[in-house]
Amino acid sequence: MILSKIFKNGFLIIAACLVLTACATKKEVTTTTTDDTTTSASTSTTSTTTDAAPKISGQMQGDTYIGDDTVKYLADGVPDRVFFATNESILTTASRETLRAQAAWLRQNSNINVVVEGHADERGTREYNLALGERRANSAKDYLMTYGISSDRISVLSYGKERPVDAGSTPLAWSKNRRSVTVKAN
Amino acid sequence: MKKNLIILFLMIIFQIKAFALIEVDITRGNLNPLPLAVSPLSIDDKSKISFEKILKKENIGSEISIIVENNLRTSGLFNPLSKDAFLQAPDIANLKPRFEDWNLIKAQALITGKVTYVNEKLRVEFRLWDILAAKEMMALAFTTVPSNWRRVGHIISDKVYERLTGEKGYFDTRIIYVAEEGPKTQRKKRLAIMDQDGANNKFLTLGNELVLTPRFNPASQMVTYLSYFKNLPRVYLLDIETGTQEVVGDFPGMTFAPRFSPDGKKIIMSFAKDGKSDIYTMDLENRLVEKITNHPSIDTSPSYSPNGKFIAFNSDRSGYQQIYIMKSDGSDVRRISFGNGIYGTPVWSPRGDLIAFTKLHKGKFYIGVMRTDGKGERLLTENYYQEAPSWSPNGRVLIFYRETKTNAKGEGFSAKLWSIDLTGYNERLVETQTDASDPSWSSLLSN
Repeated sequence: MILSKIFKNGFLIIAACLVLTACATKKEVTTTTTDDTTTSASTSTTSTTTDAAPKISGQMQGDTYIGDDTVKYLADGVPDRVFFATNESILTTASRETLRAQAAWLRQNSNINVVVEGHADERGTREYNLALGERRANSAKDYLMTYGISSDRISVLSYGKERPVDAGSTPLAWSKNRRSVTVKAN
Repeated sequence: MKKNLIILFLMIIFQIKAFALIEVDITRGNLNPLPLAVSPLSIDDKSKISFEKILKKENIGSEISIIVENNLRTSGLFNPLSKDAFLQAPDIANLKPRFEDWNLIKAQALITGKVTYVNEKLRVEFRLWDILAAKEMMALAFTTVPSNWRRVGHIISDKVYERLTGEKGYFDTRIIYVAEEGPKTQRKKRLAIMDQDGANNKFLTLGNELVLTPRFNPASQMVTYLSYFKNLPRVYLLDIETGTQEVVGDFPGMTFAPRFSPDGKKIIMSFAKDGKSDIYTMDLENRLVEKITNHPSIDTSPSYSPNGKFIAFNSDRSGYQQIYIMKSDGSDVRRISFGNGIYGTPVWSPRGDLIAFTKLHKGKFYIGVMRTDGKGERLLTENYYQEAPSWSPNGRVLIFYRETKTNAKGEGFSAKLWSIDLTGYNERLVETQTDASDPSWSSLLSN
């Protein structure tokens, strides 16, 4: 009885420690918090950074996700997705590299067509996010096209904020959800 | 004629116009709701047995009065008193209330009535009494099919509300919404419809494909919504009486954010192509498609003014989401939102004077209203996440949805419908069987 109680309490303490450390590591990330649709005006108030250079904190650069937790691969060395900054559809250097790899893979596999799925995070109104997802998917599609992939091989599909990969309500989770994913269509 | 939907007003017994009788001011937040008594509707034994057989309700008279009571209470304007304190029996009160008795329990108004079973129909008469003036304010009777008994309660509520506030009610209405289930990353969404008070919930789609943003036609029982049928997100039109649906227009890409024009003859929506979203209309009679905006930005969430002459919409042409209005032909585009933060989902009030919106500022979401020139912004409610207001047909209440923040493990997500008065008071959870989002309020079903 007593032992099991101690065990239970001990377990709780360990659990609490885990939660606390989890919070502590998350803290760094939250200092650069922004929402998918925050204005430039309010960005300056929510983020406490004054450095001109984008802050690199673990898995995010600025507020763009740079980790690979959620990334799948179309082929060896060909990541399936790219990530976007809040309210943006501009491709980062890393995104362009990913898309060039996708384009090379598509050139080698001319029988494969793809759907580029565009997504937004949960911090925006549903209808606007549908449009934003479409804009992001087209941004990726356009880049694939400049690397020689015919537009009839690429269709776009926006899910807005309907299909997050990370159910969290943190800036890190949102950054993973702001993405376009290239999916085989056939 | 859809017999089951139409309630016949058989006769108006008599109606006395008010001189100095009670009135409820609904333009301000009402912190002192009017105390009133809703007496159970009286019913004779024979009718009682007949209704019990048909409707499986022990006493349909009390059931109807409970509907009236709940409606009036949730409006926030009235305080229905406990029936335990009532001194007078329902049948006698309906003939002639002893005003002193009702005065004693501090009721300022009294609703009485009678239900009878006549020729397989349900006949109701009800009266509204002013206790202080010791006068009858209103008396009405109508007959309908028994299965419409809940609507009888809603119609009585609307009549009482109208008589006491001077404005049309909103109780004999329905809400169409998206019912949600399952994990946040893989939500199953179905179209659902229910009475304004949550009764008669019905699912209209099976959940095989994603559905979003259903909106009522203000002039009929049609609904427009977005469906991902066959992974092609398109605006659909659904007749909720017959269940027939069709794609709206023939667009080579995603159409979304649909709404009806006030006369119900057009659908206005966005069409997204090559990273741009523009606003289009389609005439439902001749199928003519018209392009209304033409801009490289995202133009979406269009909403007509009630006279059909203007359109409010959401655009990021300034760099971030803001609210604009334009003439219905697309000319004369003017930005109207200039406050701090970003603005979305403009919805024109059925009264014409206000635009409801969602605002995001410093990480918080607000439902607010502003005048159509953008002035007089009033934020009604603040939360972690909420959006998509829809007006009650009388323009006094907004319904919207709210989502919760998840915990560190991504658990604890929920989406619920809420309503709030235009005054900013009377915020309420609207109960639904499942999680819910994207509510749209119908027009009054009767009259």
